[in-house]
Amino acid sequence: MLVAKVFRSTMAHAVIRAIDVSRARAQPGVYAVYTAEDIVGLIAKPFYGPAFHDQPILALGKVHHVGEPVAVVLAEDPHVAENALASIEVEYEPLPAVFDEIEAMNSKAVVHEVLKPAGTFPDLKHLSGKKNTNIALDFHLLRGDPQKAFKQADHVFEHYFKTQPVLHLPLEPFATVAVPTHTGLTLHTASQSPSFVRIEIARLLGWPENRVQVKVPYLGGGFGAKLYIKTEALASACALLAQRAVKLALSMEEQFYVITKHATTLRIKSAVTKEGQITARECEVWWNGGAFADIGPRVTQKSGFTAAGPYDIENVQIDSYALYTNLPPAGALRGFGIPQLVWAYESHTDMMARALKIDPLQMRRKNVLREGRPQATGTLMRDAALVPVLERLAQLMHWDEPFDHGSGTWRRGRGMAIGFKASIAPTTSMAIVVINADGSCQLQSSTVDMGQGSDTAMAQIVCEVLDIDMGVIKVVHPDTDVTPYDMATLGSRSTYHMGHAVKRAAEHARDQLAAMAVEFKLTLNEVSIADLFKRKYGMQAGNVVGVGSFIPAYTSPDAQGQTLQATPFWMIGATGVELEVDTETGQFRITQMINLVDVGNPINPEIVKTQISGAAIMQMGFTLSEKMDFDEGQVTNASLADYKIPGIRDLPQFMHNEAVSAFEQSGPFGAKGVGESGTFGVSPAIANAIDDAVGVRLTDLPLTAEAIFRGMRIHAGQPLQED
Amino acid sequence: MSQTERTIEIFLNDKPIRVTVGHHQTLIEVLQAQGLTGARESCAQGLCGCCTLKVNETLVSGCLFLAVLADGQRVQTIEANEQALDEVQQAFIECGAFQCGYCTPGFIMMVRALLDENPDPSDEDIGHYLSGNLCRCATYPEIIKAVQRAASVRRVPS
Ligand code: FES
Ligand code: FES
Repeated sequence: MLVAKVFRSTMAHAVIRAIDVSRARAQPGVYAVYTAEDIVGLIAKPFYGPAFHDQPILALGKVHHVGEPVAVVLAEDPHVAENALASIEVEYEPLPAVFDEIEAMNSKAVVHEVLKPAGTFPDLKHLSGKKNTNIALDFHLLRGDPQKAFKQADHVFEHYFKTQPVLHLPLEPFATVAVPTHTGLTLHTASQSPSFVRIEIARLLGWPENRVQVKVPYLGGGFGAKLYIKTEALASACALLAQRAVKLALSMEEQFYVITKHATTLRIKSAVTKEGQITARECEVWWNGGAFADIGPRVTQKSGFTAAGPYDIENVQIDSYALYTNLPPAGALRGFGIPQLVWAYESHTDMMARALKIDPLQMRRKNVLREGRPQATGTLMRDAALVPVLERLAQLMHWDEPFDHGSGTWRRGRGMAIGFKASIAPTTSMAIVVINADGSCQLQSSTVDMGQGSDTAMAQIVCEVLDIDMGVIKVVHPDTDVTPYDMATLGSRSTYHMGHAVKRAAEHARDQLAAMAVEFKLTLNEVSIADLFKRKYGMQAGNVVGVGSFIPAYTSPDAQGQTLQATPFWMIGATGVELEVDTETGQFRITQMINLVDVGNPINPEIVKTQISGAAIMQMGFTLSEKMDFDEGQVTNASLADYKIPGIRDLPQFMHNEAVSAFEQSGPFGAKGVGESGTFGVSPAIANAIDDAVGVRLTDLPLTAEAIFRGMRIHAGQPLQED
Repeated sequence: MSQTERTIEIFLNDKPIRVTVGHHQTLIEVLQAQGLTGARESCAQGLCGCCTLKVNETLVSGCLFLAVLADGQRVQTIEANEQALDEVQQAFIECGAFQCGYCTPGFIMMVRALLDENPDPSDEDIGHYLSGNLCRCATYPEIIKAVQRAASVRRVPS
């Protein structure tokens, strides 16, 4: 097997004048060195992406961000390949670059000369061929008459917020092994979306789907990083050019250049009555999408549905922009844009409550969207336990009791936040349940278990329907030769979408078994599955194959962002925090964190709790310590030494995670997804608690001791010199 | 054999093996080539603990440990005694102390050593001992529970 090592751009935006790989090719042990020129010989249009076909397999003509793959070296010995990278020479002609999302709105630096929507999403078609813009997508929503309401308001509040660039950082970095076969190509890849990989690689090669086989083992974490095409296209091209098996496994450092979470700037403005009723809201969100769209336009649109928060507001305007910049591409990270929005609207909620001298809980109680009410898109809230989640949080935090704010140098504070999310629709899931003649069975589904426990949950669903023991079922891992289509494992969609498909496949199998039993004038209660097969086929032989598919109802929003079916189900998450701030240094510790979610009826309550906890701790990292630092587009902290993720000693002193008692009428056994909900409220709950403790309001993430200290000094009328 | 290579003998999970390794190769690379993938390379800088191995009685980061230095030494990986789960592994399963499982072998190796040194660790001791192991799935609360459970099982004489 050959190992591939990638030569990456050192420039953020530049024309490639010349690439000289001759010295690298001449190194002993080097099997081949490829550039875009070689790729084009194999794939005439080597651009991929789920929303836009904007990402080249290797840089073609110009580079769009530092770290973009420019050339690749193949060798049997990884060290030989790695060393050869140093002798590749590229001559660049620098172009003006843009890094900031606000600047990108009107920048002279244009990342892509022409927009190239993929064509798979009908609502992106109008962007085809657009020139001289960095706006990959703009989403607009208008409900009621916000301008009029602002004019009549008792109070108007307007605040700006920022979130920083962070990344998924699964401990298993991206890896693909591509093997040419006599029928086509087999990929073993760490992917959350095997069906997409197959379709996209087949499209690039101009092949039918069935010539590409994609197999996915267990993943070492994903969190949204391993979606769509990451290492797969380059590994495939290398394997086909070399006609050898090729392994492309990235390093931890390289992960920082593959996919990130959108940095954002958010503006939010509300009209409020004296009593605290919100009558109008305007939200503007600018998403820093980096050099390639990835799924960013979808993040911009889907999260746009709920940017105004889980509040009953008659007049709403939302404007959300997906922007290209010369940073590494941004995609979906555990929450699909929602944590950024909740950060803004729940900080904003507390800032208004404080200004109006209304208790933050009362402010939320007064405005929260109640069951059956329309939210900003006009879709009615159904099976959305916003009120139960909020009330249970208040109860667990003893919010109505007096709170000790501490004295001396340590001050205590508490804060809460609640957010919600529309699920990803319309997306399809298919499943196959095969029953063998001895009564054992296998479930074939392309859902990827990356630690969230989907194998367990899906097996439970089959066992429940077929009334069989967990011990007799095997979950077949994604292999596109045998497991049917699934859109992807993302956005907490599997329990609901795949859960339905699996349930239907199991029911289909059960119905066939029941029909078999009827042939022998029996019911399924009277005969074992093994006996039934023996009666039918005279020996241990045969199979029953149940198939199921699911696509939820969804209606695209109109030009005003209005639709009666924005989502198949609502996800809800809230967090309450108590903390202590050292007023001499700004250091603080979280003494209590309570995370509550609505997951409908949990299929596996223990796994659900672990998901809530894991999501909340991860979001704590995004809130307190994680931040990618850039210098002219170059990441200056691309290592776990300088990019701090939560460790075992960074936990809150006390943590409680709970799914409120709820039921999703449209869900399989009343269930809905959970993977992301624990992230929603964490950042603003902490910021709100800091404000409660020391009166410092932070509007930029991450929340650092330094920022608090500076804030306290300003508060005390003794700002540090540079403030 | 070139000057940059050497043949070494290691007692890998109690079986002697001979391998020719480059001077620059790390122990983790050599083990992966042997098909032992339980110890994983993640950060490659000694910062995450995913590659934890035992060389003689010492735990090391396999990503930093040069293979030639293991010549003549005993090397233990998570694959040792694969037939039966020990009380630490059992406790991890019972407490759901992993999600993706990528970090788990490193944690298990560390926890075994912790409990050998300190049969009755406090949560603070556990945090201190395991602070060099990262889990991006953030299964830390469950890991702490699992360590406590394994410790109490170990303390009961069988
Ligand atoms: S891979 Fe060795 S410590 Fe991270
Ligand atoms: S369980 Fe996934 S990294 Fe620890």
